[in-house]
Amino acid sequence: MIRVEGVCKSFGDKQVLNDIGAVFEAGMVNFIIGRSGSGKSVLTKCIVGLLEADSGSVTYDGEEFTAMSTKEREVVRRQIGMLFQGGALFDSMTVLENVEFPLRMFGEMDAEERRERAMACLKRVELEGAEHRFPAEVSGGMQKRVALARAIVGRPKYLFCDEPNSGLDPQTAIVIDNLIRDLTQEYGTTTVVISHDMNSVIEIGDNIHFIHEGRVAWNGDRKSILDSQVKELDTFVYASDLMRDIRTKLQGR
Amino acid sequence: MGLLFHIGRYFSFMASALRRPQKGRVFFQATLVELEAIGVQSVGIVALLSLFMGAVIAIQTAHQVSGWIPAYTIGFTVRQTMILEFAPTIIPVILSGKVGSNIASQIGTMQVTEQIDALEVMGVRSVAHLVLPKLLAALLIFPFLVVIAMVLGIGAGAWVCNAADLSSFADYKYGIQIDFRSFDVVYALIKTCVFALIITSVSAYQGYHTAGGAREVGRSSTKAVVYSVVIVMVANLVITQLLLT
Repeated sequence: MIRVEGVCKSFGDKQVLNDIGAVFEAGMVNFIIGRSGSGKSVLTKCIVGLLEADSGSVTYDGEEFTAMSTKEREVVRRQIGMLFQGGALFDSMTVLENVEFPLRMFGEMDAEERRERAMACLKRVELEGAEHRFPAEVSGGMQKRVALARAIVGRPKYLFCDEPNSGLDPQTAIVIDNLIRDLTQEYGTTTVVISHDMNSVIEIGDNIHFIHEGRVAWNGDRKSILDSQVKELDTFVYASDLMRDIRTKLQGR
Repeated sequence: MGLLFHIGRYFSFMASALRRPQKGRVFFQATLVELEAIGVQSVGIVALLSLFMGAVIAIQTAHQVSGWIPAYTIGFTVRQTMILEFAPTIIPVILSGKVGSNIASQIGTMQVTEQIDALEVMGVRSVAHLVLPKLLAALLIFPFLVVIAMVLGIGAGAWVCNAADLSSFADYKYGIQIDFRSFDVVYALIKTCVFALIITSVSAYQGYHTAGGAREVGRSSTKAVVYSVVIVMVANLVITQLLLT
């Protein structure tokens, strides 16, 4: 479980996060949703320590991450898998080397075991056969899947996914959503997904945090999101014609 | 204030870069890759420039001294120029354009595409992981490149003296032997090691602190070369003053 309390973050005069509080439960797919520029990515970077919050605390399973030394943070970070929005694959390495990298750095496995584990992860993201290609030689969607394979190869306790479905076709997006949900349930991972994709939210979102103007404006599950009374969330959820049609049909029943 | 900020941040960066590698085997493999990238891939340009510079210095010296100064001066001048200045200073300056810009753009691209964030989130000490192999490789390979430059430059001088009939080989050989001080080579290699560290670390620093996109990567690459060359020149003056006077 990850607990965020009173996190504030400003860049110059602009306050991006304003007293954010949230709990991301283990074994659940926790979503952070909100409009572009609402502070979702900044919040995620504060949680994993890529940005230092101006105030507040982040706690991983009772251990206060924000109060830890660099060395202590490194230990926590080895239990984190993160899928970056752009993939962030190491372009000098092949797909297989990218996926194996966390195991090479911190694992105790021999080369054969590492390869087997990495190939199994590539299989889960439906990328068998691409292992010897370089990131520049595969499509953006494939890069995203490689990045997900790299994020899960170390069986992380905490999994962060920044826009996992952007750039993916709907069919692959569903595969990725299902994979995130299955991994979360299989390993009891604390999964945090940052997304705009309402499909994913409704499909796999167990615990959803809606960020608006640097605050958590709403928190609930996928069943309650469709009839929330928060105006900003309502506008966000029903921004598309498709979602408005769904609402009309649901209300007609 | 800006300069002080960068000096402070540079030394903090270097302190992070010089931390113990987290995984010895990964570090060793990365160092081998860098030895190839920094060293082996630079042999061609170093050899080419040294051959031409050695030949040109021989011709220019012959032009200046013909008739009134002993012919062995040509060999002496080529040797001194190659050992004292061309090989240990000009070759690293040229390499700062090739190696320095490459390091800055490589690390800068990793920064703007979040590859460095990915390393950090995994628990990898990104500065040490990326920079230490480059520093070590440069420190190991630059002296070899400089020695190659010295030998080829002096050799090219001998060849051109013979081919253009500027002096006899015996005179040239006498010139490169006369008043030889082995400390000059030591001085040259000390300079080379210092310049290797400056070029690699300044370029890595510029690349690591890139923020933005492709344009900023280009800027970092340019800054890496310009700052490296300026700092190398200042260091050259200081080292020369300390070691040769």
